[in-house]
Amino acid sequence: MLKILVIEDDPEAARYLVKGLSELGHTADQAGDGDSGLQMALDGNYDILIVDRMLPRRDGLSVIQELRREGNHTPVLILSALGQVDDRVKGLKAGGDDYLPKPYAFTELQARIEALARRPKSANQVETTFTVGDLTLDRMAHSCRRGEIDIPLQPREFRLLEYLMQNAGQVVTRTMLLENVWEYHFDPQTNVIDVHISRLRGKIDKGFETPLLHTIRGAGYTIRDTAH
Amino acid sequence: MTRLTRFTRTTAFKLSLLYIAVFTVMSGFLLVYVSENTDHLMSEQVVQSVDSELKGLADVYVRGGVRDLVETIDRRSRHPDASLYLLTDFAGNALVGNIARLPTTVLEEADGGLRRVRYTRLGQDSEDVERQAMVRTFELRGGFRLLVGRDLGDQLRFSNLLGNALRLWLIVVVVMAAITWLFVSRRVMKRIDEMSATSRTIMQGDLSGRLSVVGTDDEFDRLAVNLNAMLDRIELLMQSMKDVTDNIAHDLKTPLTRLQTRTEIALREAKGEDGYRAALEATLEESDQLLRVFNALLRIARIESMAPGSVMEPTDLSKLVAEVAELYEPLVEDEGGRMETDLPAGLRADCNRDLISQVLVNLIENALKYGRPEAGGLLIRLTGREEGGRVSLTVTDNGQGIPEKDQDRVKERFVRLEESRTEPGTGLGLSLVKAVARLHGGDLRFKNETPGLSARIDLKPVGPDNNRSGHEEGGTSGEPEQS
Repeated sequence: MLKILVIEDDPEAARYLVKGLSELGHTADQAGDGDSGLQMALDGNYDILIVDRMLPRRDGLSVIQELRREGNHTPVLILSALGQVDDRVKGLKAGGDDYLPKPYAFTELQARIEALARRPKSANQVETTFTVGDLTLDRMAHSCRRGEIDIPLQPREFRLLEYLMQNAGQVVTRTMLLENVWEYHFDPQTNVIDVHISRLRGKIDKGFETPLLHTIRGAGYTIRDTAH
Repeated sequence: MTRLTRFTRTTAFKLSLLYIAVFTVMSGFLLVYVSENTDHLMSEQVVQSVDSELKGLADVYVRGGVRDLVETIDRRSRHPDASLYLLTDFAGNALVGNIARLPTTVLEEADGGLRRVRYTRLGQDSEDVERQAMVRTFELRGGFRLLVGRDLGDQLRFSNLLGNALRLWLIVVVVMAAITWLFVSRRVMKRIDEMSATSRTIMQGDLSGRLSVVGTDDEFDRLAVNLNAMLDRIELLMQSMKDVTDNIAHDLKTPLTRLQTRTEIALREAKGEDGYRAALEATLEESDQLLRVFNALLRIARIESMAPGSVMEPTDLSKLVAEVAELYEPLVEDEGGRMETDLPAGLRADCNRDLISQVLVNLIENALKYGRPEAGGLLIRLTGREEGGRVSLTVTDNGQGIPEKDQDRVKERFVRLEESRTEPGTGLGLSLVKAVARLHGGDLRFKNETPGLSARIDLKPVGPDNNRSGHEEGGTSGEPEQS
């Protein structure tokens, strides 16, 4: 369960967010403008901040900048209706951790929040090996093993698996994969990601008893050990 | 505000007032200078002639005494254009001369000094006419006093004439200046007022209005041309906004209605949890599709309204194309096709990586959907070339191509050719490609090959002045390598 602050001035959008987050079992508070949002964020010890880009009294980016200046490193997801190409860059430069253009699907938001919550809090906490069930990925040695078998991976397949395992147990959407593995910020029409996933699945799951890489219908993929 | 106060507030009016004032002062100065100088010159002439006559008469007196002097003066004073003479004896009685009356003090102070006096001429004037003259008076031996002078009438008339001429000239000049400036300022005001009026009608909603360009190529014409270019751009942006709105109204209404109908049917007829679940899943799928269309529309509109300079940077196209090819190769292979890339290593262009990648993705996806040959496997070729100062990227398939008459139409939003209606898609892919191509200063060009269709966009090569280093590796040479 996460403690989440929604800084959003549109009451309709804010209510929708707070309600959706509460239904997922999170605690969600709402602030209607930049100033009070900044105050609450500084005082409230939140796990995640969801910040709208355009806010009355204090712009969303300025809220994030001020927060970072005060030494607060709570993960921030920026919501923006602007959606310009350089908008994302500006948001991330200001200290945001992820960026989601409006309109968005709630499943997308949910997946991103959960990914943010699992992110290591600082650089020296970065893990060098990931393990899911009997699958191990060694980032230093650039190797992948399942059980006793070495699995050769192409560089892109390696990054795909790395990202999935970083978020093991969580749903990652196709958009998140495109953004983080291929660094594209647009959505193709076709199931191009599915093909890559199925190739990866062919390498890590084929011939093994328990599948680890699962498709979540209408949302994305997750890697988890269902045996336990 | 009245017409007059509006007029007096104009810059043109204030400027003309200033110019006229400066001009008047300068002309006045000139006038004073010229008349002073002329006066001085003429006075000097008078003095000279008076002096020489005095000298001559003094000689006559020395040689021939009073008698000769009287005779000479008498003779000379009978000339019609004679100087002024007066000779008196020691008692002050006039002996000879042509002066009837004159202030007495002039004769009393016979120190040879030059004086300006009023006098009446003997024989010619009536008693009350007074003239002006320059005179000198000398005392001769024997108590005689001799006065010689020149009438100033001519000089006065001349300087009057000159003065009048100069004053008249001044008036004419000032009036002409005023008229000229009035004309200029009226012309200027008229152009500016025209511009204001046109911009008012444009502000009131008639975006097709344009400022008139007279063709004189003056600063007003240049201003009008620039403002018109700006208005063109605004109109284009407004039009694209309007198109988007129309498209949304027209093309999103259909799926929304479908969504509504499905939900209604599900509510009415679905049985049990499985029935509702199936209906909800269908609804979710439909709304996902809607969201995709909506996002695609917004993205196109944003690309169209983007300022090109803000998003471009020198980009390694070879790398960009290789990455896109790598993303799509598995999919194309799964569909039984092949992908080839053909471009020189280190080909660079000034572009936006994300947008150009999406262009390639959209063109590849189009090729996957519509570019299949009737027999044999699909072949998608990604080609990059630099020639003629442009870098071109081409995506070629080996399918049926697009009939030439439809090649422009398919770039419009939501336009899908009949034979492609059955394929999934938003009908926005090529609109986005077109928008990105235009943002990069080119266009999307189709060409039917034998076989297949090629879709080409042009980019600007990385020039020496826009080679911002530091983003791409090896970006110091500036010029992309030629293959």
